Amino acid sequence: MSTETDVKTLVIDEHEVSARAGQTLLEVAKENEINIPTLCHLDGLSDVGACRLCLVEIKGSNKLLPACVATVQEGMEVSTNTERLQKHRRTILELLFAERNHICSVCVANGHCELQTLGQEQGLTHVRLPYRNPELSVDASHERFTLDHNRCILCTRCVRVCSEIEGAHVWDVMGRGIDSMIISDLHEEWGKSTCTRCGKCVQVCPTGALFDKSKVGSDHPKYPDFLPYLNLMREAQ
Amino acid sequence: MSKLKLATVWLDGCSGCHMSFLDMDERLLELAKLVDLVYSPLVDTKEFPDQVDIALVEGAVSSVDDEKKIKKVRDHSKMLVAMGDCAITGNVSSMRNPIGPEAILNRAYIQNASAQRQIPCVVVPRLLKIVRPIHEFVKVDVFLPGCPPSADTFHTALMALVNGGPLDIPALTRFGA
Repeated sequence: MSTETDVKTLVIDEHEVSARAGQTLLEVAKENEINIPTLCHLDGLSDVGACRLCLVEIKGSNKLLPACVATVQEGMEVSTNTERLQKHRRTILELLFAERNHICSVCVANGHCELQTLGQEQGLTHVRLPYRNPELSVDASHERFTLDHNRCILCTRCVRVCSEIEGAHVWDVMGRGIDSMIISDLHEEWGKSTCTRCGKCVQVCPTGALFDKSKVGSDHPKYPDFLPYLNLMREAQ
Repeated sequence: MSKLKLATVWLDGCSGCHMSFLDMDERLLELAKLVDLVYSPLVDTKEFPDQVDIALVEGAVSSVDDEKKIKKVRDHSKMLVAMGDCAITGNVSSMRNPIGPEAILNRAYIQNASAQRQIPCVVVPRLLKIVRPIHEFVKVDVFLPGCPPSADTFHTALMALVNGGPLDIPALTRFGA
């Protein structure tokens, strides 16, 4: 391996930082302790730029870029927390809350939910959009876990962890736009699918959409921290 | 300075927000020095007064009666506070929304009843098709989420509102708190 590295220098929120070519803005911001809110991103999984919470402003460009997939360029000037971005982030969260039935008070993930926490961090006290109140199903056919579509935000972390880390690719997305749904296999019941019962999807799910049946009330913290460690150990082999 | 007039209103909620309000315990005495409770499920006034300074509203708008009440409350209140998740998001009250009122009434009064099977049509108000948060009907000045907001949240928020001080609500509470 060559010891030479292509170094880029750029400015994030008025801090001059350096990065390796090919690094994402999110990675570089994290290394420099600049917080960019994320929801679909998870350390250890590939990035898909699905949730748009990590959008940042680049000087000289009208387009907002998702920091999780945008790579560093020499001389870039990045703003991560402007008023415009805060406004967009709040609206994204409001859209997520309004799209399905997120009843925090009776959710198994209450108090451990990334959507709920982000709402609070971004100063959300109410949702200005009308709630859609869709009729959605709950798949409790699996002996250990449950999928509640009411709480799903389609971040696809479950799809990615099952495909990339577990290698089973049981989860996928069916339909388009607002009709998109997470399905197991070719839209089989989860309990009858080729699921390996590893439970990784449950641990990476940011909300109460995937949960362990043994958990009741709001006692369901999730532990996705195993992922980078698992990847590291596999690389070392 | 004369005392501020405080009202509390109970729409479609479980009364948990009012219980949490009462959980302020001895701090209620401190509050009583600053406000007069002029209308509330906790007092005996039947009619909403003409002029109220702060109205705390618990619960979502679920029936034609709720809708009438919230409009009256808005018309006669200087400041309207949405108190708790039902008022703000619909919360548990809105869990009937995907199913619809007919199915719910049928379940409660026909399928699960052992005697006098009939859906009530007099005295009790007609249910709206969809349970909605109060800000979809009237302008809300302050949103205080939580299920219920804690007594500490109530105390901090009310003291700030009564004294006109700064109030950072997301630092105090969130949906489901």
